Amino acid sequence: MSTFINQLAYGLADGSILALAALGFVLIYKATGVINFAQGEFLLVGAYMFYTAFVVLNLPLVVAVVFGVVVATLIGVLVERLILRPMVGENPISIIMVTIGLSSLLKALVQAFYGTSPKRQPPILPTGSVEILGATVPVNRLAAIAIAAIVLTAFTVFFRKSRHGIAMRAVADDQQAAMTMGISVRRIFALAWALAAVSALIAGVLVGDISAVDNNIAAFGLLVFPVVILGGLDSVPGTIIGGLTIGLLKQFTAGYLDPGLATVIPYIVLVLILLVRPYGIFGETRIERV
Amino acid sequence: MAATATGIHHRSYTSELRLRATRAEYFRLGLMTVLLLILPFVLDNFWLSQANLILIAVIGAVGLNILVGYTGQISLGQGGFLAVGAYSSAILSDRIGLPTPLAILVAVLLTAAVGTFFGLPGLRLKGLYLAIATLASQMIIEFVIRRWDWLTLGQGYLNVERLNLFGFQIGGRQVFEQQWYWVLLVLAVLTVLTARNLFRTGLGRSFMAVRDQDIAAEAIGVNIPRAKLTAFAVSSGFVGLAGALTAHYSEVVSWEKFTLDVSILYLAMIIVGGLGSIAGAVYGAIFMTMLPELIRQLSLGLGDTLPFLADELPAVRNAVFGLVIILFLILEPRGLDRIWHRIKDYFRYWPFRY
Repeated sequence: MSTFINQLAYGLADGSILALAALGFVLIYKATGVINFAQGEFLLVGAYMFYTAFVVLNLPLVVAVVFGVVVATLIGVLVERLILRPMVGENPISIIMVTIGLSSLLKALVQAFYGTSPKRQPPILPTGSVEILGATVPVNRLAAIAIAAIVLTAFTVFFRKSRHGIAMRAVADDQQAAMTMGISVRRIFALAWALAAVSALIAGVLVGDISAVDNNIAAFGLLVFPVVILGGLDSVPGTIIGGLTIGLLKQFTAGYLDPGLATVIPYIVLVLILLVRPYGIFGETRIERV
Repeated sequence: MAATATGIHHRSYTSELRLRATRAEYFRLGLMTVLLLILPFVLDNFWLSQANLILIAVIGAVGLNILVGYTGQISLGQGGFLAVGAYSSAILSDRIGLPTPLAILVAVLLTAAVGTFFGLPGLRLKGLYLAIATLASQMIIEFVIRRWDWLTLGQGYLNVERLNLFGFQIGGRQVFEQQWYWVLLVLAVLTVLTARNLFRTGLGRSFMAVRDQDIAAEAIGVNIPRAKLTAFAVSSGFVGLAGALTAHYSEVVSWEKFTLDVSILYLAMIIVGGLGSIAGAVYGAIFMTMLPELIRQLSLGLGDTLPFLADELPAVRNAVFGLVIILFLILEPRGLDRIWHRIKDYFRYWPFRY
């Protein structure tokens, strides 16, 4: 029983971070129709930016967070402006490939400046552990779940209530109609990339705090795909359900069956979903007409 | 057929069906043949090994371009399919004892079958979804070759015996690269010719119809599921050949050679060379295979003035790799092939601009 509680906590923590990473991915796909293969590298860059501010520059925590958010926003907007905007109207293969190129470039830049060895940073999340039903659960996992929950709720409220959120939903629904209503589609695109970079930053910092700041953070980027396929490529609630499901599945497979199998199980699930229900749980079914 | 100062005008169907129309094209073909024939006598072993790697990459890139460039089905599973070809050929020839040519042939067929299987999701999906489905196939195949001990008898890697073709044994260090060059050259030329002619047949045309507008293709009688699966089979067959050759040429097979990075490298080849162009796949294979070596030479050369470049060589290499993909896609999405066409057209139409 106690191992079960432990696995549950670890799985939920991983899953909520995955949900954060997937949120950025879904935002970009929904608003701009771009599949972002560089999402994991956004996590990586975010974690290193925070590390630079917090450890290298020795800024206080709050300032470091603000610094990270500002840099992440800038990177998001720059990537949209310099790389994705010239690609508008190209075929999906080229757009997928340009984000793959971007991921390679970002990873290489991080490697060039920070090397490959893992960086330690003083813990930001509370340390120690609590007893839950006889299991010892580290507090930082619980804190990660709480932070992810708060951020995801904030984003959801933002989409439902705020002016920009409503404008984003309008653009996602129908770009032409949104434009005629006076919404700047370009600004919405930039906003989508900036928000994606910020949610990736938060996810990256959480991963960095739980394990270490190193190149493995980028591996989260590929796990985003099973999550979004399960939840639906264009669904924000889907990322939460998908993230938690994949996180738990991975953790339980690692705990009860085989840690090696855990790395591949999300992709097996992915293929099964694609064969049975390609648009995921909450995804919108597209009907094509010529 | 007549090549005038302002372009090519066909006067009969037979002249239009030719692969090469003008005297300049025959001249270039002759020049290239001579170049390919004297290459092994002028290059040293190191550069000859680069040439051999290029020839293998040409076969793989042409195979991938059939699927991605001509049929419009993006595949991130190239690394996995190369692995299927490499492992099956190595095991069939060394452990089961089939003659090597037969082992390679069976490996090609097996890879085609595996490729077709992983192409099944493509019947319902396209574009983005298919990219993700093939990403999953890459991950699953990679997992299988890492974890299935029987493949490597628990060693983690597989030694392959020196190639023996119809009783002819590839020799030692001195002649190794040169003899391989001839074997690979023949296979690469055959691959290019097969692919080039494939798109003059009904099957190849149906691939392109699926790419351009699948629903319209169906309306004019193209059997879409069959065309898509055949494209996966044909393409993976070529990829399997490249994989089998990798195994026999490098004489050792291990999973590190077939990761997702390899899939991306091959996609980069056909993007940089030109999607939907056989010649482009060849240019791309040459360019992307030479790139790491060129960067290495360059950063060693600049090592005195810019020590940063030489110190961070792997990072610099990856950065340039990413940058090349991004710049090509933004500046010249049709790749090196289009650049070459523009140069040719400039001279053909000179002194006119169009």
